Amino acid sequence: MTKAKRCFGTPPPGLDLSRLTGALIVIEGPDSSGRSTHVGLLAEWLEQNGYPVVQIGLKRSRLVGNELEAAKEGNVLSPRTMSLFYATDFYDQLENTMVPALRAGSVVLADRYTFTPMARDVVRGADAVWLDSLYSKALVPDAVFYLQVSDRTLVDRTLASHGGLDYWESGMDLGLERDWFGSFIKYQRRIRAEFHKLHKRYDFSIVNANRSIDTIHAELKDRVRRVLQSIHPNQSIS
Amino acid sequence: MSPRRRDAGVLIAVEGLDGSGKSTQIHLLHEWLYGLRLRVHFTEWNSSSLVRDATRRGKKKQLLTPTTFSLIHATDFADRYERQILPMLRGGYIVLCDRYIFTSFVRDAVRGCDTDWVRRLYGFARMPDFTLYFRLPLETALGRILEGRPSLKYFEAGMDLGLSNDLTESFRIFQGRIMEQYDRLADEFPFTTIDATRNVYDQQQDVRRIIGEGVDLSQYRTRVPR
Repeated sequence: MTKAKRCFGTPPPGLDLSRLTGALIVIEGPDSSGRSTHVGLLAEWLEQNGYPVVQIGLKRSRLVGNELEAAKEGNVLSPRTMSLFYATDFYDQLENTMVPALRAGSVVLADRYTFTPMARDVVRGADAVWLDSLYSKALVPDAVFYLQVSDRTLVDRTLASHGGLDYWESGMDLGLERDWFGSFIKYQRRIRAEFHKLHKRYDFSIVNANRSIDTIHAELKDRVRRVLQSIHPNQSIS
Repeated sequence: MSPRRRDAGVLIAVEGLDGSGKSTQIHLLHEWLYGLRLRVHFTEWNSSSLVRDATRRGKKKQLLTPTTFSLIHATDFADRYERQILPMLRGGYIVLCDRYIFTSFVRDAVRGCDTDWVRRLYGFARMPDFTLYFRLPLETALGRILEGRPSLKYFEAGMDLGLSNDLTESFRIFQGRIMEQYDRLADEFPFTTIDATRNVYDQQQDVRRIIGEGVDLSQYRTRVPR
């Protein structure tokens, strides 16, 4: 009784979507929202319950992952080129990692999916319709959890863990402000506004990530459990 | 496609099968325009290391799919378009492109990509003012290539499509399909078809006449002394 997987639009040519018995769970949210921590905790919990887990994320494709990292360092490519580069990285993982893992019955945990690149690109002037089409061949996830944090929490956590701000996460390429702190706040607000638009179009669950790790983890476990039970009604998960 | 023309330049593209002689023709056109002391810029499809490195790795590890093949080329094109082609057009240059987005339209269609998706992907690119399509019978094109350059490359021969295990045979079938797609595009887009079976000199006379009549060349005189 597995719910058939589908893509937002027409699937990529040659990609077989039959018998994808696994689950695709996406965690979205800005850096320092606790996203990677929660992906790690969920992976551990799922594996303890006997579910094989495969993780994917941005810039992790074998095809262009390294080049993309280098391009980011160099900051020389135009925003549109970066959009397409990220899409290449995404589709390589979709076709070569996600789909085989889902066919093998794994839970695919995505530490960010198409939504972060889309939000970032729109903030940099990309056309939302163009982006929708670009990512229309992506699989529809079984669930998307967006970890939402306040400016205050985000700043506190970022400064505490990195002792400074990241160039891209502060949107310094946009020239919003000369001062990194001010730019960071403005940029993160714009990203959040885009996520709110995406949330309406793409059916996310918003998770209040200002709370403690344990509280958030408990909520995520509860929601993921329900997703898995809908896919595999005969299996039990603690 | 973007119909806006905020830029003052002229965009001229050549398209056609491998072996159609289009590169020779655009080279001669470039020489002519340069000799007239005009602002002219020449660019080729796939000139960046990005595509070369990724396709090399993709081939070695069998990673490339029709979708990522399409996206890699779109990424490369976007970089060249935004860095070079568009600024040159905005700056009032005649920009000559040896292959343009139609090359991706035909190759991606042959690899089974959804036509509408590919067109939207390239929706940011301006349509050329002139698209010269060098058309010749398939056998003539194959003859020219297979005589002169016997070592075909994997993707050039469309080996990823599994048409044949034989490189030459795969190339033949692949080129046949490419040609069908070009002919379809020629019906849909305002291509100027040039009979590429004739000798190089005669074709070039036609090319120069078409550009000379269609463009007010006096507008493009170089402003920088050479």
